[in-house]
Amino acid sequence: MNKSFKITGIVIGFSAMAFLMMNSPGCRPGTTRTAVTGDAASRVYVAPGTHDEFYNFVSGGFSGQLAIYGLPSGRLLREVPVFSVDPESGYGFSEETKPMLTTSHGFIPWDDSHHPELSMTNAVPDGRWCFINGNNTPRIALIDLGTFRTHSMIEIPHSAGNHSSPFATPNTEYVVAGTRFSVPVGSEAERDVPINTYKENFKGSVSFIKPEPETGKMSIAFQILTPPVNFDLARTGKGASDGWFFFSCYNTEKAYSLLEVNASQRDKDFIMAVNWKLAEQLAKEGKGKRAPGKHYSNWLNEHTHTVESTIYEDVLQLDYREHPGLLYFMPCPKSPHGCDVNPTGEYIVGSGKLAALLPVFSFKKIQEAIASKDFEGDFVGIPVLKYESVLHGEVKKPGLGPLHTEFDANGNAYTSFFVSSEIVKWNVEKLEVLDRVPTYYSIGHLMVPGGNSAKPWGKYVVAYNKITKDRYLPTGPELTQSAQLYSIDGDKMELLLDFPTTGEPHYAQAAPADLIKPREVKFFRIEDNHHPWVAKGEKESGIERRGRNVHIKMTTIRSHFTPDNVEGVQLGDTVYFHVTNLEQDWDVPHGFAIKGAANAELLIMPGETATLKWVPTKVGVVPFYCTDFCSALHQEMQGYLRVSPRGSSVPLKAYTVSVDAEL
Amino acid sequence: MKTRKIKHILAATFILTMAACGGGESAPAGPPGASGAAAGGAGKSTAKLFTAADITMGDIDQGMVDKGRGIYDMKCQACHSLGANRVVGPGFKGILERRKPEWIMNMILNIDAMLETDDEAQRLLEECLVRMPNQGLSKSDGRDVLEYMRTL
Ligand SMILES: [Cu+2]
Repeated sequence: MNKSFKITGIVIGFSAMAFLMMNSPGCRPGTTRTAVTGDAASRVYVAPGTHDEFYNFVSGGFSGQLAIYGLPSGRLLREVPVFSVDPESGYGFSEETKPMLTTSHGFIPWDDSHHPELSMTNAVPDGRWCFINGNNTPRIALIDLGTFRTHSMIEIPHSAGNHSSPFATPNTEYVVAGTRFSVPVGSEAERDVPINTYKENFKGSVSFIKPEPETGKMSIAFQILTPPVNFDLARTGKGASDGWFFFSCYNTEKAYSLLEVNASQRDKDFIMAVNWKLAEQLAKEGKGKRAPGKHYSNWLNEHTHTVESTIYEDVLQLDYREHPGLLYFMPCPKSPHGCDVNPTGEYIVGSGKLAALLPVFSFKKIQEAIASKDFEGDFVGIPVLKYESVLHGEVKKPGLGPLHTEFDANGNAYTSFFVSSEIVKWNVEKLEVLDRVPTYYSIGHLMVPGGNSAKPWGKYVVAYNKITKDRYLPTGPELTQSAQLYSIDGDKMELLLDFPTTGEPHYAQAAPADLIKPREVKFFRIEDNHHPWVAKGEKESGIERRGRNVHIKMTTIRSHFTPDNVEGVQLGDTVYFHVTNLEQDWDVPHGFAIKGAANAELLIMPGETATLKWVPTKVGVVPFYCTDFCSALHQEMQGYLRVSPRGSSVPLKAYTVSVDAEL
Repeated sequence: MKTRKIKHILAATFILTMAACGGGESAPAGPPGASGAAAGGAGKSTAKLFTAADITMGDIDQGMVDKGRGIYDMKCQACHSLGANRVVGPGFKGILERRKPEWIMNMILNIDAMLETDDEAQRLLEECLVRMPNQGLSKSDGRDVLEYMRTL
């Protein structure tokens, strides 16, 4: 044990020479032991009763959710249900939340979420919202950071694999959605084509989505059709490059089979530069065309506590072939993933997954090359800028498999290297490697608080890893996912903490707690609840039959339901429990669960109304109860519902026996 | 016994502070529910307690009674009957014969401070076993409820 530790130490020592590391396949850094300095524990210790310094918004990957951790402790604070149903909160199960997951394909209870993005003002996170993408059935969600709830969601038409999103412009005028898979678009006949006609019939698209500043409702302002490449990631320009957007893309080979080989043929793929201010102007001038493309925009009506849907039948499209100056390609070696813009906006870092260097492009040079038409040719009608003309320089042999770069406030960049499992710190202006640390293992994205913005807060870099082997107690074939926290305060990066995550921690963002804490909603005002089935007090509770549907208006408060006795329900009825939580205090939700429910429980926040649909299947008396431990008498928080055969003469009634009557 | 004494001194300090600023218009300052310690009641409450001098009661004001009844229906009735029996908390019938107006106002608006400092509030918790919820009432809401109680 001791020996292997020593050897690791030596390897890490030498690894400052990038060369050695890349050429020694056997020297993958890492055992279960790592060189953690003695005071690491105290630097991540957050004493009981005190709060973390940062909120960390971490993608749940294939869980479809967004997880919130505190930094530096790594404590899990909340998992926000976004694209996947959540039995704990009833999200996607209650009648109010089902519309959030409704799309043109119907109700979709799962997705694959990758990239959290904080809303920005002046290119700095402002703590209002967090966006995240659904990859599989292309959608973008907006999470309100006052309630930590999914507040709105929009479906993206003419997209397949919504990977390259959501990235926000400096004042959150737009968030973008670039398609990962190009697909045939248009009418049914235009979409029903042989796959081997990819080159002729397939198209890419990038969509600019507008969130309404006041309501957070989203709509697609315009969509740009592109050649059939695969979009991977994107970043907005800012500062020097304000008004432009950059998208990395691969498969410039236009392959449609065995892409791992066929899409890796060319020496260079592209970063696509979009003049979005021009696109916005063209859209406003009516230069686009409305193309068919049914999609849903769902949003939470805060007055009724209910999600509503707006259905759009078409979308405004701009065809790049009709609008020269809209799009340019920059060659980028090779299969680029990240295309990350530094805090000043002058430099764009490409990260070719298969490249052995990091190209850094200069926005000033890009503009000069465009002005002087310094092109090396075109790609399906889009000018391709000359690589050498737009290059600030290359970081040579930095590591293997560069993926993603973020920045600190001191002119340094931090790049993750998937294949060599490490983070490399380098100077953006000088292109010099300054430091490197191993990660455990196979890091994907990394994150510096504010590291994608104009004003990074710095302090930490967090690695979000794909493989966790041997870092934690084993739990069968699958291990927890993992993130790792490193200090970047000094010249040397220092590993401080491993912490497990749920789902795949694909990407993340972080913001200071002080930016978000003051926004927190503590309860919903019962006076402002305009749910159609609200009961503002027990007096308004009751029961009503509408044909075969029975609606029960029910209230909860510590520690009882009103009504807690229901009779007259028959087999063949559908029962809707509309439950209003009368509490007006922080952190006092009540739950509602009934035997045989084919969906989930409800978890109702103070002042909120939520609805559970329940279809009885048997005659008899059925109990219901509160699931969220609410008081010493929580166990007594229960009730009974009687189910009679179809056609029974039992009258419909809902009641609570008064204490003054019986006891 | 000693700790209890210290608490009383603290309560007196609260009262003095409140007299000095004349009391706020609405009891829960800041964002909704900000004054409410969590259900567990962790931490010392710093709410200012009402005294007899803060509450003037003249002839019954019917407008206030009506408002108070509306608030009772929405926020109080779930736990307090208008009769004599306890539901979760005590019944309201004849409450002003048993309780001073300022004590009632404090129970409605400053429950955490009351549970810390008031022996009678503590005794009621031991009997009812549910902390009186902070229902987010403003000072004038509380006063309207008090006016309604005068008619019971
Ligand atoms: Cu409960």
